[in-house]
Amino acid sequence: MTMFENELKKGNFVISDCSSCKTIVWPPSDYCNNCLAHVTWRKIDPVGKLIEFSKKEEMIFGIVELEGKIRLIGTLKINSSDISEGQCVKLHSCSYDNGPQFTFVPCNGSY
Amino acid sequence: MNKVAVVGYGNTKFSNEDKSIESLLTSATKSLFDNTKNIEQDDIDVVLVSTNDNTKYLSAILSELTGISPKIAHTVENLCSSGTNSIVSAYSYIVSGLADIALVVGADRYDCPGQILKWDVSRGEFMHPVFWASVFTKAHKREFKTTQEDLAAVSAKNHTNAKFNPHAYSNKTYSIDDVLQSKFVTDDLHLLDCSRPCSGASAVLLASENVAKKFEQPIWIKGIGQKTTSASLAKNKDLTTMTSTKIAAKQAFDMAKIQVNDIDVTELHDAFTICEIMALEDIGFVKKGDGASYVRNLYDTQDNKINPRGGLIGSGHPLGATGVAQVIEITQQLQNKAEKRQIKNANVGLVHNMSAAATSSTVLLFQS
Ligand SMILES: [Zn+2]
Repeated sequence: MTMFENELKKGNFVISDCSSCKTIVWPPSDYCNNCLAHVTWRKIDPVGKLIEFSKKEEMIFGIVELEGKIRLIGTLKINSSDISEGQCVKLHSCSYDNGPQFTFVPCNGSY
Repeated sequence: MNKVAVVGYGNTKFSNEDKSIESLLTSATKSLFDNTKNIEQDDIDVVLVSTNDNTKYLSAILSELTGISPKIAHTVENLCSSGTNSIVSAYSYIVSGLADIALVVGADRYDCPGQILKWDVSRGEFMHPVFWASVFTKAHKREFKTTQEDLAAVSAKNHTNAKFNPHAYSNKTYSIDDVLQSKFVTDDLHLLDCSRPCSGASAVLLASENVAKKFEQPIWIKGIGQKTTSASLAKNKDLTTMTSTKIAAKQAFDMAKIQVNDIDVTELHDAFTICEIMALEDIGFVKKGDGASYVRNLYDTQDNKINPRGGLIGSGHPLGATGVAQVIEITQQLQNKAEKRQIKNANVGLVHNMSAAATSSTVLLFQS
């Protein structure tokens, strides 16, 4: 397993920063995809923006952008009547079981 | 530069049959030999297999099973666009002078492992293509007021076109209402908005300019464009544009010195209905946002020049075979051999094939 997946398994979302050019490397890797230098790992800023979403039965899923760069598809624990694209969301939990799982909640209010 | 032509082809029916990958590959190859005059196994310099199947060494296996001892033999895998990627590889072997005749056979089974986008952590648990397709669809609806009916028109049109494709998975036709009444996969996609995985194989024979003369009606590859922007979903900043398709199309048009208005017949990668609408816009048939009305008009006027064999939605989508099947359709159209699917006076054709949320695209241009 990769560093990213190992940390996800423990419930931590870590990302890789380039030690040289300071680029955020996403998808996560041991080397920078800009200058190929080594990366250092840190916890992500959990607050991000909902780019677009759709719904499968009762489950809402969508593309979220974190730190202005990292895009991923996660589950959105938001009431379907309150959701809007562009809204502020934050990473609520993450895990790894056969694959990564990311869950987001609204920045303000409850769910 | 050495010119390269398509000089032969063979297909299996696309179905949900539980046939082995070897059997699919050999049936399409047999069909190619049956259809093509003046070809012997010993003439073939290159055998490329296009597949997402996990079986190893398939091009050597196919060669042995069909009595071919090629110079060059290997598999090409690039998910849903493996087919056109193999054709570009075969083209390059011929243009370089390493080969005169190349056989490209694409095949996959209904349970092909390429359908789950497992390698991309940015997709989270949403590894099935329906999830990215839903989000792309939602974004296009939001930005360009594309409706569920517009999307349904793509499916209704392509199923209607597939009626005259003897190799299509199904020859059943559906109205716009039928598509709208099919099961919801997500809030933005009905079941009939999606292409279906199936078992199938398609084969083409490519030849250098000198050798092509001994075959009937060679169809020339005039333009090639390919672009891979990423593997993950992460790089796609604009959800309503398929950037790799846009770049690949421009390369192909520049190479061929052909313009979009010159195209008579087109095969587009309609993995989902939204993909056909976006491809029409990104290749430049219409301006951004006009894809939906263009498709509605094609459907209303029963014009089959876009996806005449039924596209992926109408024909089925055996991943490794799809790009090859698209090239066969354009070849038949330009040879005036497409029977009930024939577009009148077709001289120039385009193929668009792509992978994984348009992270990689190929555009090919052909001329008779
Ligand atoms: Zn760097």
